[in-house]
Amino acid sequence: MEENKNHPCRNLLASLSDYVDGELGEELCAEIERHLAGCENCQIVVDTLRKTIYLYRTTSSQPEIHPDVRKRLFLRLDLDEFIGKA
Amino acid sequence: MEKDIEAELFSLEALRAGDRAEFARMVDSYYEIIYRLAFRMLNNPQDAEDILQETFIKAYRHLNNFDGRSKISTWLYRIATNEALMFLRRKQPHQVSIDEPIETEAGEAEPLQIVDWCCIPEDELLSAEARGHLDEAVGQLPYSLRIVFILREIEGLSTRETADVLQLSETAVKTRLSRARLRLREDLSGYYAERMEGKSDGRE
Repeated sequence: MEENKNHPCRNLLASLSDYVDGELGEELCAEIERHLAGCENCQIVVDTLRKTIYLYRTTSSQPEIHPDVRKRLFLRLDLDEFIGKA
Repeated sequence: MEKDIEAELFSLEALRAGDRAEFARMVDSYYEIIYRLAFRMLNNPQDAEDILQETFIKAYRHLNNFDGRSKISTWLYRIATNEALMFLRRKQPHQVSIDEPIETEAGEAEPLQIVDWCCIPEDELLSAEARGHLDEAVGQLPYSLRIVFILREIEGLSTRETADVLQLSETAVKTRLSRARLRLREDLSGYYAERMEGKSDGRE
């Protein structure tokens, strides 16, 4: 893939996110697949983009919530009487 | 469909009439998702807690403005993202805007690394250090991309719901998600490329 802004590979980039989500129209999708078949670099970009999405979906951890967060929230909202009713 | 289920969970009428028990039930249903959203946006538990409290204070005050056309969660997300944005503006004036101009052509003028790191074994891709790096990379996305990324990819909102929360067009949501993903791909490519080089150097 060349570093030319107007290079066809560059123009393709904007569509790759929709492409991996399967949200592109049939025609554009076919066009991209034709290009990918002959462009190894773009194929690498698509593969690593898919892998990136897979990785953050797999590893995304939920931030811990300290139990006092709920208690302080209820106090702040004058909901003291409901603190015990989780 | 979901909206109908949600509508059955809470009585909007009771909420608007100031029913404290109903409000407490609503807070219990949503405080965790709002806290997590705020935490991911601000990367700090104390700030996240402030945003959480402000969100529900505002929600209580403005219940009469909630028309019930969107889901309660969408409405709460909207209040929370606005609160977080205002918070960030106070902290870093001139630097934060949800409307900050971004090029419409994703990838334009962006660097592009071509490294095929897909072959790295899964346990190395998912090492604790790699996970930490990925979290950091998300935290470094510009605000306008990060918020879209969090809502779409982590909270699992649809493009339309995300557009509704942020009051953006669906096209803008897609463009920002695309840019966020490409930046993360770029970041990970640099990270894993270094690891692959390190390995081949060791063998020589």
